[in-house]
Amino acid sequence: MRRQFINTLTELARKDNKIFLLTGDLGFSFFEEFRKNFPKRFFNIGVAEANMVGIAAGLALSGKIVFIYSIAPFATMRCFEQIRNDLCYQNLNVRIVGVGGGLCYGSAGMTHHSIEDIAIMKALPNMTVVCPGDPLEVEMAVKATVSWRGPVYLRLGRGNEPRIHSDISNFKIGRGIIIKNGNEITIMSTGNILHVAKQVTDKLTNKGISVRLISMHTIKPLDKKVIIKSNQETKAIFIIEEHSLIGGLGSSVSEVLAEENVKKILFKRFSLPDAYCKDIGNHKYLREKNALSVEQITNNILEIYESIKG
Amino acid sequence: MSEIKRDYKKLSKHIRKKILKMVFNSQTSHIGSSLSIVDILTVLYFKILSIDPKNPWSEDRDRFILSKGHACASLYATLALRGFFSEEILDTYCLDGGVLPGHSTMHCAPGVEVSTGSLGHGLSMGVGMAIATKHDKRNYRVFVILSDGECDEGSVWEAAMFASQHKLDNLIAIIDRNKLQAFGRTEEVVGLEPLKDKWTAFGWAVKEIDGHNFSEIEKTLAQVPFIKNKPSAVIAHTIKGKGVSFMENQLAWHYKSPNKEQLEVALKELDSV
Repeated sequence: MRRQFINTLTELARKDNKIFLLTGDLGFSFFEEFRKNFPKRFFNIGVAEANMVGIAAGLALSGKIVFIYSIAPFATMRCFEQIRNDLCYQNLNVRIVGVGGGLCYGSAGMTHHSIEDIAIMKALPNMTVVCPGDPLEVEMAVKATVSWRGPVYLRLGRGNEPRIHSDISNFKIGRGIIIKNGNEITIMSTGNILHVAKQVTDKLTNKGISVRLISMHTIKPLDKKVIIKSNQETKAIFIIEEHSLIGGLGSSVSEVLAEENVKKILFKRFSLPDAYCKDIGNHKYLREKNALSVEQITNNILEIYESIKG
Repeated sequence: MSEIKRDYKKLSKHIRKKILKMVFNSQTSHIGSSLSIVDILTVLYFKILSIDPKNPWSEDRDRFILSKGHACASLYATLALRGFFSEEILDTYCLDGGVLPGHSTMHCAPGVEVSTGSLGHGLSMGVGMAIATKHDKRNYRVFVILSDGECDEGSVWEAAMFASQHKLDNLIAIIDRNKLQAFGRTEEVVGLEPLKDKWTAFGWAVKEIDGHNFSEIEKTLAQVPFIKNKPSAVIAHTIKGKGVSFMENQLAWHYKSPNKEQLEVALKELDSV
């Protein structure tokens, strides 16, 4: 996803000299080419995230479109009040790119995990929150942010997330993508765990269940229509997300289901618990520890499905 | 500029009286902080800044950021007197349904560039503007007024390091050195001295001035950048509450607002000078 991000941004920066890229001293082996191509529009701010956000605000106040980059918790939490006052209150065209959403940083541990960032960012007025699920979504999202008004939080994975979409014909911020249609159960996923949701969908489909898979790449503004439609047309909605169950996609969807006048259907979240991950291991291992592996989720859904089928 | 009578004393007295009335009306204080920067703002807005009240957002205007946003009564009163908007608007300061909030908000009125109110944000935003100016090959400058207590914030020093690294000689920080912060004297809370040495060590060209001496303020600000390729810092020694004897150098007037009687005494005192 990082590679896709910087490749797309480089392409865009060639056409639009308003685009700036600031980094909090990260991007080794990724940003060198951008720096070489656009030395006057690239700044390594140093290990100083608060200053980075403030500088981005000053640039945006001068008409620039500014991408700022760091590891997700550093990009969103270290400088939270700068994001709130400088970017959101002033509604500026700054795109916060947080790399390593969820447990991507694996054994690097809690400081590098990002399990609350969506909740924190979506609470901010004027903020848009986008969590692309595969490299193509990253490309589409980065392109879409250029003309988008106001601050955006772009939550990326870390490494070689597999490509899920062969093509996306009509990517829009705020509109979920139905990857596969089905009429028994709906699976909604956001961000870098989309490939897990895809594999779960495939396994369930092989078992004869009609599954609808939706990539909810935008958490805010939320695609209410697709949620309501799935509520009407399927018997259950399952959420798969690599974020705390507090304030993530599941929270947002449940608010819609509770508030809109819809029929009661089964709703379950596969999210991270409200706890810091103290286990040590790689990304895949930590997902298993948190019951977010393909097998665990599939088996869990199969058990529940028994109770609602027919 | 020629049509403006640069009678600094008269102008600053007018601004101080406006501030007193605004704070009396709204009972929202920060009056000491507002009064300490009046003379600096007067020189900036009536002499130094390249601005046009009739075209407040012209692309080539000098930018001004009041990083100590709690002193915004001072900024609003100065902008109004300079002709950016009607002085009548000042009467609604902080009142229900008004347009001028108690911490400056971007575009709340013509000439108010950015939103501030939480300390330690303004200099970074100024750095961003200074970079944009250089990138766009424009000549405008960016002036930022910080409070001395604000220099407790780490982000000020992050911005300071970055500005010198990138040779932003179009950036000017003015530190309102009134030596009082929200809950004590600066040197008793977290000592800032030697402040000049600190800014110098961070790569800035620094001058210390009497922040109430008009000719010194004008002479100094007219010289920026002090050194080519370096950002400029002016440590302006000021008196919190300047101009009203019973408010001067008193921490309490960070919080208190004058009552009717105090207002009258203060206005009279200003008139008698």
